[in-house]
Amino acid sequence: MKKPQVLILRAAGTNCELETANAFKSVGGDPELVHISELRTGKKKLMDYAILAIPGGFSYGDDVGAGKVLANQVRHTLTDLRQFVRLGRPVIGICNGFQVLVKAGILPHSNSCEQSASFTVNDSGKFETRWTHLRINTQSSCLFFKGLPEMIELPVAHGEGKLVLRSPRLLEDLKKTKSIALQYVTEDGKLLGYPHNPNGSIFNIAGLTNPEGNVLGLMPHPERFVTLHHHPNWTRQTYRKAPVGLEMFKNAVDYAR
Amino acid sequence: MSQLAETNPASFPILGKSTKELRVLSDSRHLSLSDAEWAAIQAHYKTLKREPSLAEIETIAQTWSEHCKHKTFTSPIRYTEGKKTRTIKNLFQETIVAATGALKKPWCLSLFKDNAGVVAFGKKWALAFKVETHNHPSALEPYGGAATGVGGVVRDILGVGLGAKPVLNTDTFCFGRPDWTGALPEGSHHPTRTLRGVVAGVRDYGNRMGIPTAGGGIWFDDDYRLNPLVFCGTVGLMPRWAVKKEVKPGDLIVTVGGRTGRDGLHGATFSSANLGADAPSSAVQIGHAIQEKRVLDALLAARDKKLYGSVTDCGAGGFSSAIGELGASCGARVRLEAAPLKASDLDSWEIWLSESQERMVLAVPPKNLKALETVFAAEGCELAVLGEFTKTGRLEVTHHGCVVVDLDMGFLHTGLPRAERAAVWNAPASVKPAGGASKKPSEALREMIGHLNVCSREWVIRQYDHEVQGGAIVKPLQGVRHDGPGDACVIWPHAATGDMEDFSCFAVGHGLNPDYGRIDPYWMALAAVDEALRNLTCVGADPARAALLDNFCWASPEDPKQLGALIRAAEGCRDAAKGFGAPFISGKDSLFNQSKDEKGKDLPIPGTLLVSAVAPVPDGRKAVTMDFKGPGNALYLIGRTNDELGGSLYHRVLGRTGGEVPKVSPAAAIDGFKALHAAMTRGHVLSAHDLSEGGLALCAAEMGFTGEFGCLLDLDECPRDPRIYSNETLLFSESPSRILVEVKPENESAFLRHFGKSAKSAMVRRVGQTTANPILKVTGLEGTTCLEESLKELKEAWQTALPKILG
Repeated sequence: MKKPQVLILRAAGTNCELETANAFKSVGGDPELVHISELRTGKKKLMDYAILAIPGGFSYGDDVGAGKVLANQVRHTLTDLRQFVRLGRPVIGICNGFQVLVKAGILPHSNSCEQSASFTVNDSGKFETRWTHLRINTQSSCLFFKGLPEMIELPVAHGEGKLVLRSPRLLEDLKKTKSIALQYVTEDGKLLGYPHNPNGSIFNIAGLTNPEGNVLGLMPHPERFVTLHHHPNWTRQTYRKAPVGLEMFKNAVDYAR
Repeated sequence: MSQLAETNPASFPILGKSTKELRVLSDSRHLSLSDAEWAAIQAHYKTLKREPSLAEIETIAQTWSEHCKHKTFTSPIRYTEGKKTRTIKNLFQETIVAATGALKKPWCLSLFKDNAGVVAFGKKWALAFKVETHNHPSALEPYGGAATGVGGVVRDILGVGLGAKPVLNTDTFCFGRPDWTGALPEGSHHPTRTLRGVVAGVRDYGNRMGIPTAGGGIWFDDDYRLNPLVFCGTVGLMPRWAVKKEVKPGDLIVTVGGRTGRDGLHGATFSSANLGADAPSSAVQIGHAIQEKRVLDALLAARDKKLYGSVTDCGAGGFSSAIGELGASCGARVRLEAAPLKASDLDSWEIWLSESQERMVLAVPPKNLKALETVFAAEGCELAVLGEFTKTGRLEVTHHGCVVVDLDMGFLHTGLPRAERAAVWNAPASVKPAGGASKKPSEALREMIGHLNVCSREWVIRQYDHEVQGGAIVKPLQGVRHDGPGDACVIWPHAATGDMEDFSCFAVGHGLNPDYGRIDPYWMALAAVDEALRNLTCVGADPARAALLDNFCWASPEDPKQLGALIRAAEGCRDAAKGFGAPFISGKDSLFNQSKDEKGKDLPIPGTLLVSAVAPVPDGRKAVTMDFKGPGNALYLIGRTNDELGGSLYHRVLGRTGGEVPKVSPAAAIDGFKALHAAMTRGHVLSAHDLSEGGLALCAAEMGFTGEFGCLLDLDECPRDPRIYSNETLLFSESPSRILVEVKPENESAFLRHFGKSAKSAMVRRVGQTTANPILKVTGLEGTTCLEESLKELKEAWQTALPKILG
């Protein structure tokens, strides 16, 4: 069977592309690192790929706001991204990639592709790396989470991860459309503040999807949990489930087949 | 040559000038040239029958600087130890290099000559490791100094062999205590400001470059308040074929990356003098991490296409140093007008010497230039051809057709006169512990666990992205709640190798304790090597395959006592390398860490040695963490406890002085480490943690509160010097080479077998067991409980100490 081709988007300052590529490769995908300039010149075409992944990092140093510059490039260069999404092909934006999807108006989904949310500096005021407990919205149809348990763990590492929405009404819309894919919770599933919610995101939102469930943006890093030995407590042997991140990439690759 | 005659406006007349006049010149331009060096330069130009140009003087001053030439370590020293005096011809060769050479390890691939040390990592890969210091810049401008320290050492790794991919950053700092309330001299920063700035600088540069920062440490001592130490380390991986580099005459000199500006002038020479209020602010460079990331991506792509024959980074001395070194054995012709500039009004010498960041220099065969341009353009990274390497043996630099440097490479690289320095060392008399008020063990322990040199570094560690590249399979923060003090991280470099099936990993450990050095730097050095190897061993690295790096940070070597202490430390390194069978593969010294304090008195830093060690973890899935794993498990103590409280944390909290400094027996130590490693590879070890500051009590407490189980210890079972009759000594002595290990009851006999015949000199005894109740309970020599502490409370004291000060 042909391996689904995965476009892993690069730009100056993206830096999680190799481990993301390795993750896709290990679940049967055929990842290719593609620089945004190659898409701009037409050397590479988005529509030739089955899956799009925008990895984590600090694209252009996050200098005018996290992911902002790359988001503008995506808007103007990846003009076929909306069609790609409409065709139901999987798109995942991780950390900086999530910030790009939001600032490019892909998430939260709207027909106009207008940006309706943004990110700001963590409430703690600091860049922080930590493992978080997360709850998957079992009501949403996000293809990346198919078959996963409701409660999962993934690490975050960011300084500008606090999701803010343009209006309170948007939150209600997101709930209604089951677009909230992932929330930061305590180990027993409660919505509490810092450090459980590591950045102060509204309604503890850690990830968003579109109503069709083929686009996922999330601050946590699934590519950092693709083997049991990534889990911080693997030496205690208290974690025995399959590594969540790997399952997420596998879902995308299986879907694309 | 005629263009360099006296009429040249850029000429810099020195012929016929007196020593005094030259000193004034030296000071006004921050050249840090000595009288003897001036004399050699005068003599050279006398034979040339001309005056030097300004750019030539700057080039010589930079090339001959302590920073670039390591004069102290390579020049003759008249060394008096006690009543004996002898001459050391070359301290570096006679200690570090000699010990490494004697070990003849076949897995050492490149030693001391390139930008980093290189060892084998499996069959296909080579691992490069370098630790740099950026002390003077971080004292002037903590954020920028530390950030460019990271940027600089990352470029060292990009510039070793044909370039390695950085896979780990390590950062170790020495600061004044952040709660300092005394006065400070004008122009110096409060230690808290320094700490915040340095941590932020390391964070922003490392995180932006996508390199995990997952190793290091912090040491606080008031004597660092004017001269903080910032050690930046990077580990990189490259394919074996990329280790060798070669410059061929005719190769183009190509600069890639950042543009050249006025930032970072005189960095090399200014760091070769004592730090004072007159330090030039332009000496600190301005970093741009994303620019360096572009260089990294483009360079490694060009490497894999084999488009260049050699590469080095522009560090101290800028083009002058990079091109001067690359062309040292052939010659180089440079046209400065080709260099991309940040500002158009730079003088020739400024372009030539600027230490602007994110620049590398490549030697490129002309036929490859087009392909190279394509690779760099694809990453949006600038590139310019500055000239070519020649066969002339000369360094020739022109600017718009005007000759600005025309130097003989031979004079430049070997013309430095070697002045003999004097050094003195007097062994300290053995002093009985004295002074301070006695404290109950429980009280002392509580104070120690909240001490700044022991307490949790979570405030710092969480700000670093230690998980990027998906390789940290043993993380710096460990245990049930991911907040305990790991001994070392274990890195699975699959992002660099592309191989997720192969679990070959490596670990990096560190050792540093200037308090031991205050008593005897020789034993400080041995203890630092011992500590670095202990840390590695505790997480599952192979201690027989460890490679070492030294970083000496010292005050002025012009003070014979300081230099004598430095020699003692270097000799300690030599004996440690030999004794542990661990070669040094790279190192660096940073001297003149000395300033005038608020009263105008000299404040030297304590002689400081950071030892960094790297070793393979053959199978990362067998790595071990330091948290207790369950109740009812046996606790074994490896290594003998002696009455060695000199320089200990216990003495520090009591305010006591004197006592014996911990002394290492490398042969016994390495046997113990090897036996433990063998037990780990067979899965017989649940947790392991080394005994360092605070000794057994602190070690057991940390393992307990990180794993959320308690333990019972019996001091009478400790392998020890039979002359010890004090519980406090057994609890808090800092005898080296000791590790506390948790073993499942059913594995005890299998575990002990590893310590059989093959490790006769290792001492291992069952000293207690883990318990469900999170309490540290210790039975003293007299058979009654001498310490009983709630681990929850100890953990709170350990966790809150730093946030209390920093918020």
